[in-house]
Amino acid sequence: MDWANIIDNALRAFIGLDTIIYALAAIGLNVHFGYTGLLNFGQAAFLAVAAYGLAISVSISGLPFGVGIIFGLIGAVVMAVLLGIPTLRLRADYLAIVTIAAAEIFRLIVRSASLRDQTGGSNGLSAFSSGFYDLNPFSKGSYGFGPFVYNERDSWVLLVGWVLIVLASTVVWLLMRSPWGRVIKAVREDEDAVRSLGKNVYAYKMQSLIIGGVLGSLGGFMLALGKGSVQPDLYGTELTFFAYTVLLLGGAARVLGPVIGAALFWVVLSLTDNILNQAISAGYVSTSIMTSNQVGQIRFILVGLALMLLMIFRPQGIFGDRKELALDGR
Amino acid sequence: MRRHAVQAMLVIAGALIALVGFGAMPAQADGETVQGVLRNEGTPVPGVNFTLTGAGGFSGQATSDATGKWVISVPGPGQYKVTLDAKTLPDKVTLRFPERNPFTTTVNSDQTKSVIFALGKDTRVTESNADQALNRFAQGLRFGLLIALAAVGLSLIFGTTGLTNFAHGELVTFGALVAFFFNSKLGWPLLVAAVLTVVVCGAAGYLQDKILWDPLRRRGTGLIAMMIISIGLSIFLRYLFLFFFGGTTKSYPDAQGATSIGPGSITLTALDYLSMAISIVVLLGFAYFLLRTRTGKATRAVADNPALSSASGINVDQVIRIVWIAGGALAGLAGVLLGIAQQINYQMGFQILLLIFASVTLGGLGTAFGALVGSLVVGIVVEMSTLFIPAELKYVGALAILIVILLVRPQGILGRAQRVG
Repeated sequence: MDWANIIDNALRAFIGLDTIIYALAAIGLNVHFGYTGLLNFGQAAFLAVAAYGLAISVSISGLPFGVGIIFGLIGAVVMAVLLGIPTLRLRADYLAIVTIAAAEIFRLIVRSASLRDQTGGSNGLSAFSSGFYDLNPFSKGSYGFGPFVYNERDSWVLLVGWVLIVLASTVVWLLMRSPWGRVIKAVREDEDAVRSLGKNVYAYKMQSLIIGGVLGSLGGFMLALGKGSVQPDLYGTELTFFAYTVLLLGGAARVLGPVIGAALFWVVLSLTDNILNQAISAGYVSTSIMTSNQVGQIRFILVGLALMLLMIFRPQGIFGDRKELALDGR
Repeated sequence: MRRHAVQAMLVIAGALIALVGFGAMPAQADGETVQGVLRNEGTPVPGVNFTLTGAGGFSGQATSDATGKWVISVPGPGQYKVTLDAKTLPDKVTLRFPERNPFTTTVNSDQTKSVIFALGKDTRVTESNADQALNRFAQGLRFGLLIALAAVGLSLIFGTTGLTNFAHGELVTFGALVAFFFNSKLGWPLLVAAVLTVVVCGAAGYLQDKILWDPLRRRGTGLIAMMIISIGLSIFLRYLFLFFFGGTTKSYPDAQGATSIGPGSITLTALDYLSMAISIVVLLGFAYFLLRTRTGKATRAVADNPALSSASGINVDQVIRIVWIAGGALAGLAGVLLGIAQQINYQMGFQILLLIFASVTLGGLGTAFGALVGSLVVGIVVEMSTLFIPAELKYVGALAILIVILLVRPQGILGRAQRVG
């Protein structure tokens, strides 16, 4: 067992691309679920719309990179409005079912073979990220210290990703201490009371859905650019459920909850993956019990278990406040 | 030929580049050819003449050899027209797509372009629209009955406990896997396996409630928290199944090789009809239980208003236990039958979960008969929609219906008009 390697990998996972993607997705989800109490189970759709908006604009239509980003953001706003119109007046569990259905509809449509010329079908699209890497200020070489040594490409991705996380967290922090944020939190606590004060609850929920969707869509851009491709099955329901686990781990309705949740989540997954893989190759775990192909499955089993146990024993996560959770069906 | 000399030099240069390590280059020295193999139902067809014409007045001929193969070298990249001389085909052998003869093809640099002329009867869709629609309807009915088995349980669990159970699909998968274990590993006949599976799944439903949901209800855990817990349970179980069952798709030994028995254009096997009959009998039996028996009436009362039923002396806890047992057993049966209708894999239940939700919402959340009607509508819509849209998008139609229903009639077809928001 090469413990130094395992620990290096875990440290890199702390600030890695996955952490960035899920932190951004969960920051958006935090606005929806943590602050407004909207049970959005279709967060994957916001990431997918943004990623496909960018990829289709650049690699199919040949538009410049910046225009692709704008189309991605417009896509996320349109998605939020379309999702919100039928569901925001309904009970929380209906919202959950409709959002998860909408996310699956989007995924099934973009992976359909009949749209291969527009969306690349199940293979997805690539060759749209050169505009992003052209902006790279890092010249060729490696940067960093200790275990955190990256080439110029990865350094650029990580820098942009963490700048986006700081920006998104600042936006959430500023919003939630504004009068708008207080109304949003009041909607979560008791929307009838807010309505009786003359506020348009529906409009506030819609604004929250749009803002959270746009913040989440930043994660979609990072996923597309970091991997250099969009692939429809990366935007399945698992992405949403992982983002929920991240949010609940860090603590919902806390500005830094999603960020810390994402970092911890990926460190734990990196540790378990690496330790299991090394234990198997060193022969500590017999291959009759588990092969290295099955290590990836253990990850999902653990996430499922973690989500259950968190919700049962510590729904407020690490930093959350139990009183600030919208967990009672209304 | 200067052209060939240049090509040869290019090829040598390419080979050198490949040697130096710049990656593989196509190292074919024969230039461009157009070729094909002519077969009729698997046997080669020799002696058929082909003519090829291209830009600049180029033309070439070839005759298919004993293996059916024909090759025509062309002078360079470009567009070429290949014509099969239909008169030289053997008697009673015809082109399957006469409109594709002559065939125009584009040859790239150094490419060996294959052109296939298919022979034999045109086996493309020959069914009339009415026949297709009839078959799709029958398939839809079968699929709807399957969904109904799972949906009734999900709806009653929602009605009696308020839980939106995202792990219900895993009960369906569990049923299919248990039956596969009995049928394939232990070699029991499928019918025996199915009966035992239903028992095992009923027990699994009971245990799930006893171990997980009952304690949570006693703690007063919120409904949203329980919904998220059910998502965790769903992921946990699904990947546990993957871990033990593997990612491959399998089918019951007893259900393999069945042929469809009609009538007419309907492609259902005897086993399919049997499974539809079982679904109908079970659903009717369950309806009788709900409508006529004391416990069934109590169940509907609890689904309608748990607090009021409790106050009027109904043992709500017992009703919930029965609902979980019945829900587990029905979902297990749905899994067995779904395994016959499709095949078995670790996420088969999760794949239809959203359709189950769509059915339940369509019929009216919490009502057993609404779930039944909703399922039949969803099943038939899913299958009939493949007449108009690609089959890979068939679930999209059902999910879109779900959203439309929520827009115009959120309480569902049979649901009571009440405030749901």
